[in-house]
Amino acid sequence: MMEREHTMALEVREMDFYYGSFRAVKNVNLDIEPRKITAIIGPSGCGKSTVIRCFNRMNDLIPGTRLTGEVLFHGQNIYATDVDPVQIRRLIGMVFQKPNPFPKSIYENVAWGARINGFTGNMDDLVEESLSQAALWDEVKDSLSKSALALSGGQQQRLCIARALAVKPEIILMDEPCSALDPIATLKIEDLMRELSVHYTIIIVTHNMQQAARASDYTAFFTMDTTDRAGLLVEYGETNQIFTNPKDQRTEDYITGRFG
Amino acid sequence: MTREALTRQIHHIQDEVLLLGSMVEQAMLQAVQALRNRDVPAANRIYRDDSYINDKRYAIENAILILIATQQPMARDLRLLAAMLEVINELERMGDYAKGVAKIARKIDGEDLPIPTGFDRMAQLAVEMLHRALSAFVRESAAEASSIPREDDQVDALYNQVYRQIINWMIANPNTIDHANLLMWVAHNLERMADRVTNICERTVFIVTGELMEMDTTDDEDADFDDED
Repeated sequence: MMEREHTMALEVREMDFYYGSFRAVKNVNLDIEPRKITAIIGPSGCGKSTVIRCFNRMNDLIPGTRLTGEVLFHGQNIYATDVDPVQIRRLIGMVFQKPNPFPKSIYENVAWGARINGFTGNMDDLVEESLSQAALWDEVKDSLSKSALALSGGQQQRLCIARALAVKPEIILMDEPCSALDPIATLKIEDLMRELSVHYTIIIVTHNMQQAARASDYTAFFTMDTTDRAGLLVEYGETNQIFTNPKDQRTEDYITGRFG
Repeated sequence: MTREALTRQIHHIQDEVLLLGSMVEQAMLQAVQALRNRDVPAANRIYRDDSYINDKRYAIENAILILIATQQPMARDLRLLAAMLEVINELERMGDYAKGVAKIARKIDGEDLPIPTGFDRMAQLAVEMLHRALSAFVRESAAEASSIPREDDQVDALYNQVYRQIINWMIANPNTIDHANLLMWVAHNLERMADRVTNICERTVFIVTGELMEMDTTDDEDADFDDED
């Protein structure tokens, strides 16, 4: 039998996710394109944050949760019993809604992940490279020993992105990374995402539809099934198509603001 | 139903587009009438009043741009507003055709030229097509919009008939060629007006389906010489 080629960054197959007995997300099938930006949009409660947290086993940390189906990364189900979730989270990093730098220096924030992963190369170079990739180097290069908490919100978020990049991930998950930022800081993050997508696959959850329209290549629209309150994927396609000519009436109603 | 402000403003703009359309319809009907009745004061007025059509077009364009900038319309709303930008452009050009006819009505004042009877019928048909096209546009009826372009065949047939009449007149009265040529332009303007109705119908289909496609009419009469669109 021919081995199927796995050219996608992630392949989600028949994924259901449960909090206890409540099925929060059902029947998700989704292929994430490599080195593209995929936005996940949908009304509150549609499970979009739950879904993105399934992509690097972040939900494992919540007791009583369960996932059925498969999330394939290089053809390998990341939920298989022999897979180390810590290793998965190194390769599939995450940036959260609120910037969460450690109460340490800017330098230590970036170096930390690499250090615990046993990095043996030149740490100064890694810190500079990661901060440069996160478009923060020029702003902080003379104050690397200063506390990360002294940075502005937008800078803190870029520091968190630098911290994620320092462990050399393949995919970066972003869960509403701009919701605590002002419009200019938001646009900077969006520009940065565009630059990073040359080397990394980016998946972003956003409740800001204009952000999804501006910043992503592909958009997945989720909504909540009113009968069982489970989140489900309604439509997935190129962002240009989703925002100019969606195929599903539910997508149309949501993005034109008639629902949700 | 959310987004009531956006919906209300879109309806208002649609009303303005209809108003612009009826200004154009009146201008063309009255211009042909002024030509037929050799009514120079009426022709002067139509010529002058084209500026109201232009002003209305720019006011609508401005309102659409403000709505896009402030309301971030998406999907069907966005297609509708983009289509309206196109439609008001078509209407303004039709207004220019009416102005052109009015100008010719002034120029041939006092000339001994028969005004082809086909003009009245062409104007009537073109205006009816426009009226129905705008009605289909605001009701977003792709089916009705699709049925209108083929009516252009009647206008084209009249155009050919009038064309021959004028040519025959020119051959018989070579000293009037200068002015008879102006009547050729009247025929051309009426024929082009009907052609442009097809563009409006295409936009209606675009709003409904998201597909931009050229509607086939059998009109290939002067396509080879036409660089307007």
